[in-house]
Amino acid sequence: MIQATMDFLKLYWAPLLCGLVIVAVLPLIVGYIVLVERKLMADMQARLGPMRVGPHGLLQPIADAVKLLIKEDIIPDNADKLVFWLAPVLSVGAALLSIAGLAIGPAFQIARDINIGILFVVGVSAMGIFGIVLGGWASNSHYSLMGSLRSSAQLVSYETAAGMALVSGLLLTGTLNIKAIVEAQYTEGIWFGMLAPVAFFIYLVASIAETNRAPFDLPEAESELVAGYMTEFSGFRWSLYFLAEYTNMIVVSSVATTLFLGGWLRPFARVAFFNFLDYVPSLLMIGVAGYCLLRTPKQPSRVQQLFMLAVAVLCFAVALVLLAPAVLPIAKPFYAGIHGGFWFIFKVSAYIYFFMWLRFTIPRYRFDQLMRLGWQFLIPLSIVNVLVVGVALIVSSYFNLHGWAMLLVTTPAAILALVVALMILAAGQEGQAGKESAAAPDFYGG
Amino acid sequence: MVDKVLFYIFAGLAIASAALMVTRRNAVHSAIFLVTALLATAGIFLQLRAEFLFIVQIILYVGGIMVLFVFVIMLVNLDVALQQIQFARQKWVALIVALALSAQLGLMLWSSEKIPGQGIPVLAAPAASDLPPNSEAVAQSLFGTYLLAFEIASVLLLVAMIGAVVMAKKEK
Repeated sequence: MIQATMDFLKLYWAPLLCGLVIVAVLPLIVGYIVLVERKLMADMQARLGPMRVGPHGLLQPIADAVKLLIKEDIIPDNADKLVFWLAPVLSVGAALLSIAGLAIGPAFQIARDINIGILFVVGVSAMGIFGIVLGGWASNSHYSLMGSLRSSAQLVSYETAAGMALVSGLLLTGTLNIKAIVEAQYTEGIWFGMLAPVAFFIYLVASIAETNRAPFDLPEAESELVAGYMTEFSGFRWSLYFLAEYTNMIVVSSVATTLFLGGWLRPFARVAFFNFLDYVPSLLMIGVAGYCLLRTPKQPSRVQQLFMLAVAVLCFAVALVLLAPAVLPIAKPFYAGIHGGFWFIFKVSAYIYFFMWLRFTIPRYRFDQLMRLGWQFLIPLSIVNVLVVGVALIVSSYFNLHGWAMLLVTTPAAILALVVALMILAAGQEGQAGKESAAAPDFYGG
Repeated sequence: MVDKVLFYIFAGLAIASAALMVTRRNAVHSAIFLVTALLATAGIFLQLRAEFLFIVQIILYVGGIMVLFVFVIMLVNLDVALQQIQFARQKWVALIVALALSAQLGLMLWSSEKIPGQGIPVLAAPAASDLPPNSEAVAQSLFGTYLLAFEIASVLLLVAMIGAVVMAKKEK
């Protein structure tokens, strides 16, 4: 028994260690994503956002985490205790487990070379919905139940559209293995987001709906349902739901990055003319460090000045690490790992930034509008798109087109899909014209 | 060794949660145990190196069908269902069927030990590295060997779907 355990550890110590690191570090990352979101929201609304804890509120996530940990843990009297306890754990467990399949650069992947790569990520993260549904049911409250009903309806409908969008992307790669997907984009020399822009758009919309973010945040719409399925959850359990939600954001944006945005590849990874892009990561970090240095004397107190200085030094150190593989021959073998990690995280951050931007720009949908968008627009469009992309692939392999030349075929295909989309929209408008006077259907507590 | 331990864990979990699923009074608890039973079955698939079946089991049954189950359970009025007697009075029929089934299984196990060449054939497990990638193998048998059967099944499902839509529309 002990021998078997030792053998097991010998084989799998590296993935286990990576998993531990991810579980330990992810809450911190999520905390800082929340801070970035609050700062962005403040900026777009001409406010300052959190400023008190640390310089420019840089320590706010840690203060928030401590506050959530020491809050009183309230379980409603008539709640189903066991399910109430289980639900947030399910949500977080599914979200963290699905990260195991992702590849953050070619060097960092927990479950290496699994044949079902992207399906594993999508399938396991879809299990998190049970946490939401059961949590809403177990709290024994009407708002919670309505929130979870809305959420399960929303997730099931949008998962179909997202799945079909992924199918059109996967047609281009011909594999489910995450590493092979990125390598296929390397050999083609073009990101699949350009070859299948309609699929990318559908996945973008569906992934926002799947992570319950505005404008599709109906399961927790505060003006209608207090806080939806999390109404009765407080303190640590509530923070587990938040951890799951933001982890899911990271997961969906990683899937989109891997399949549509070239994964860990630099833009124009195969063109030697663009090799100067290798200096961009370190220049960017030096720029951030310089800005922090500039702001240091302006901090109000001595501690805050020192902290800002420390942040500047940290950014500078990261810049040096990023610069080393591009300049030093000794560090060359680490190039793929370090720069791959940078580009992957950069793209994921850009995707998440887009999520936030949308949240502060577009008002929330009504529930029937949301369902109509999902079932009557996105799902037909995604099915048509799979057909169109398939035909385009056959044509391009007939003429032996590769890389950028494939755009000759895929662009008309995308335009065709767009025309179909407009026709679907027009048909929907016509169908709606007669019913316009009727009130919005009062279903799902909407 | 690890394989054997994992198999017994998954199999035990599947059987225990299946038993719990039919005996719970609360429908949502039953649904949760059905989910664990399905997940344990998925684990056995994975242990047999059928990773595609594993993830399809999770995506379709756990992520799709079970979510709809739970959705419907929440929509119907459970308080009424809880007060009703939930077990059909067919104890004796069920007992006879169960006994017949276990006798059949037992006979198969017994005969495979006593009479060589009879009952369940025990195949030698090929090494994991010799197995073809599971998703490709499934695709080849679905879209190559059994293409006609697969298409007929798809059309049948499509007909059922259209029928469901038509029936739902009639009620308006």
